[in-house]
Amino acid sequence: MNLTLLLLFPLFTAFVILFAKGLKQVRVIALIGSIFQLLLAGKLLMAYYQIKAQGNQSQMVFEYIQNWYAPLHLQYHIGVDGISIAMILLTAFVVVAGILVSWKTEQLSKEFFFLLILLSLGAYGFFISLDLFTLFFFLEVAVIPKFLLIGIWGSGKKDNSAMKLALMLMGGSALILVGILGIYFNTHTETGIHTFDLLLISKMNIALPIQKIFFPFAFIGFGVFTAIFPFHTWVPDGHASAPTAASMFLAGISMKLGGYGCLRVATFLMPDAAHAYSWIIILLATIAIIYGAFATMMQTDLKYINAYSSISHCGFVLLGIGMLTKTAIMGAVMQMVSHGLMTALFFAAIGMIYSRTHTRMVSQLGGLLKAMPFISSVFVIAGLCSLGLPGFSGFAAEMTVFMGSWQNPDKWFRLATILACASIVVTAVYILRAAGQTIMGPMVNKEHELLTDASWNEKSAAILLIVGIVVVGIAPFWLIDLIQPGTEFIMSKLGAVALVK
Amino acid sequence: MLNEYLILLKSEWIIIAIIFLLLFIKVGPKEWKNETLLYGINILLLFNLLAGFYNNVEGNLFNGMYHSNQLIFLEKNMLNLGVYLVSLIAYPWLKEHKHLLEFYILLLSTLLGMFFMISSGNLLIFYLGLELSTIPIAALANFDLHKRQSSEAAMKLIISSAFSSAILLFGVSILYGTTGSLSFNEISQHIYGNQLQVIAFILILAGFCFKISVVPFHLWTADVYEGAPAPVTAYLSIISKTAVLFIFMSVMYTVFKTIATQWYLMIFVLSIITILIGNLFALRQNNLKRFLAFSSIAQVGFILLGLSGTSIMGIASVIYFLLIYLFSNLAAFGVITLVSAVANKETISDYKGFYKTNPFLSWVLAIALFSLAGVPPTAGFFGKFFLIMAGAERGNYIWVVFAAINMIISFYYYLKVVKAIFMDPNDQPIETISIPALPKLAMIICLAGMILTGFFSWIYEYIYSLSIL
Repeated sequence: MNLTLLLLFPLFTAFVILFAKGLKQVRVIALIGSIFQLLLAGKLLMAYYQIKAQGNQSQMVFEYIQNWYAPLHLQYHIGVDGISIAMILLTAFVVVAGILVSWKTEQLSKEFFFLLILLSLGAYGFFISLDLFTLFFFLEVAVIPKFLLIGIWGSGKKDNSAMKLALMLMGGSALILVGILGIYFNTHTETGIHTFDLLLISKMNIALPIQKIFFPFAFIGFGVFTAIFPFHTWVPDGHASAPTAASMFLAGISMKLGGYGCLRVATFLMPDAAHAYSWIIILLATIAIIYGAFATMMQTDLKYINAYSSISHCGFVLLGIGMLTKTAIMGAVMQMVSHGLMTALFFAAIGMIYSRTHTRMVSQLGGLLKAMPFISSVFVIAGLCSLGLPGFSGFAAEMTVFMGSWQNPDKWFRLATILACASIVVTAVYILRAAGQTIMGPMVNKEHELLTDASWNEKSAAILLIVGIVVVGIAPFWLIDLIQPGTEFIMSKLGAVALVK
Repeated sequence: MLNEYLILLKSEWIIIAIIFLLLFIKVGPKEWKNETLLYGINILLLFNLLAGFYNNVEGNLFNGMYHSNQLIFLEKNMLNLGVYLVSLIAYPWLKEHKHLLEFYILLLSTLLGMFFMISSGNLLIFYLGLELSTIPIAALANFDLHKRQSSEAAMKLIISSAFSSAILLFGVSILYGTTGSLSFNEISQHIYGNQLQVIAFILILAGFCFKISVVPFHLWTADVYEGAPAPVTAYLSIISKTAVLFIFMSVMYTVFKTIATQWYLMIFVLSIITILIGNLFALRQNNLKRFLAFSSIAQVGFILLGLSGTSIMGIASVIYFLLIYLFSNLAAFGVITLVSAVANKETISDYKGFYKTNPFLSWVLAIALFSLAGVPPTAGFFGKFFLIMAGAERGNYIWVVFAAINMIISFYYYLKVVKAIFMDPNDQPIETISIPALPKLAMIICLAGMILTGFFSWIYEYIYSLSIL
């Protein structure tokens, strides 16, 4: 199966959108394009199962290499393994849901859908890249659409948030650039040439001092995308000011770009440095989890609640990666998928509420269950998934992360695990409080009684994401089987963690 | 024998022919309409551009004073392309200008000077070319005859140019004194790195740095760019810089190869302060031409970073970056010239809400700014990436980190303009401008260049294969 199709489809869709006239044509084209992309991702999954059933043991399947800049040994090298496929499916789900939720965007609709599709193109390209240059290219493709989406269609202090987001993500990219250049110039193939190829580099042993210099650059660079502790400040304003589809994409997928990068680039290629720095990663992750949770409790704006809780949940991803055990890393990948679906659902629900009530403040909302039962149920489901109720994907993912973290016997790491577990209580507080106050209880604003419930597009978006959450929640073994070979490969590079100290 | 002179100097002869044709038209009896002249001259320049790709013969003339090889032909083609695009975007401003023919005669004279400068093998011809390329530009800077700012710009340019040429000549004379020859090849064999030669190098470097606006020799840049008419600013900031950078690279890598460690350190320091000062000042500018002036100073800092790498990757990435810089800047200047000529608005605040009235122009300007900032999928990303790669090759990661961090600062000020165009509301936005055919052609060529050059790697591979100096 040709992976470039995953890129050509969105490109073609975006191109056709440029020629469409009027909102109706544009949104239908965007929807058809993204549904095709979802079907293509499904087909990719089937093809992957098929090829594995035939006994193909190679690490990356459907590889394709094309020399791009031969004098510099830059290649367009793509391929997937289970982890990439999981992320591609996540992206496809979130993009379809995002387009459905934005069905009524009147202002500059052509540009809006064009930028959204371009954003998804960047994400797909990122997940299938096996060459660091290609990976970096697709990572940066997404920055300008984000800036424009927040700046033009956003709300609140959108100019400020858009600029802050763009600059901090560029900062992350700058650090990643230094990291990958360091890797490039310090690796030689047998013929003595430098390369950016992920698989080739993973076979080489980079000297430990070099690893220790460039690992922080690469990890913190990708960490900025995943809201690692001191560089998380772009998340609350960015997510809150963005239009709904952009928030769904930002929180659902863009933050996972960082997590995937941390795993695939920083940890995979520089495993010894990962061991050396794991305590810092775990420290920062734990701070993110606890600080994110406590900061969320203080928020009075629904979108800010979700944004800060994203910081907290993405802290779990970094915690899992930092622990460097197989179960913890699997948990991190599961958390990426689960949180992606869950936060997209949550932002969709908040967006539906906002478009009807024109307020996001919890104090001004109340008793919405009476007026909008469907939307309220979606809101509650998203909230329950966030706090880790069994049956939803959040529980499966967080459980795996905790179990994997506990396997690491270092007493400080165990303390971090305990603290992270304790943060679930705080999560429960803010979720239940937000849900209770807005959905249940007395109606605060009499006008809200006249609100309409979800329309067909919003219902479809919500149901799509709920299906994803429930499937991963009830049958996590499907996801685990998918990502297991990839995780084992990464672990083989990390070597045996010294479990006995 | 005569054939050799005709064929090797082919590009120069074509320019001379066009200049003489224009002179005859000027002194001739017939009164031509400006539009007819403009279309005719642009066709001639297109012919000049296309002719540069055919029948290029390598060789030496005048005992090695003038030499040409495939790399120099590539450079001349880039300059031809640049002049053609500048001429296209100058159309709305020249349409009502009284001294149209003088403009082109002066412009092409500078181009001729640049051709001699980059083909020089001897310090004398180099200096001749350098002067021929700078003096007419000072006259060109004055071409907004009714504006006092324009005359001021011209005065500043000519006086600073003269001063810097004097310093350059001082360095050249010391170099001649210590090596006994003016020919590049012979000088390079006699560079030993003693103090007098290093001083000569520093003086020559100062002369070069003035022309390419490296800090601290950049003080003339902002005022001249702001005062001169927009097409002349475009020409100065892009083509003049490009030509000087070409010969600069050639001189550094061939003549001064033996003192490479010394000049590496100098370039390092100059690059750091150039990027820093360029970025810091660009943050505060409101006039678009001044803004582009400071941003181009920062870009030159990046080019110095790329220049410092080892020969092949360094030269290839610098030339590639200059090509992309040409497209990006000319696209931006195309929009600015059009708006300045039609609506007379030059500040970023005037451009607020530009998207509502002029979507095509907004997108051209926005993509140009993204390309200058180095954002994929525009070619500017590839250009900057390769420059930083060339710089990292020497292992100087402090420089690389500094450059990467400064990309963020530059990103901020480029995005500020994009924000004004797309997001800021304005009660009186610039009215819808109908774009004449010639500037539109220029913008489409630049757009194609910016978007496609990154993906068509054969352009870079071709440059790389020629970059053996």
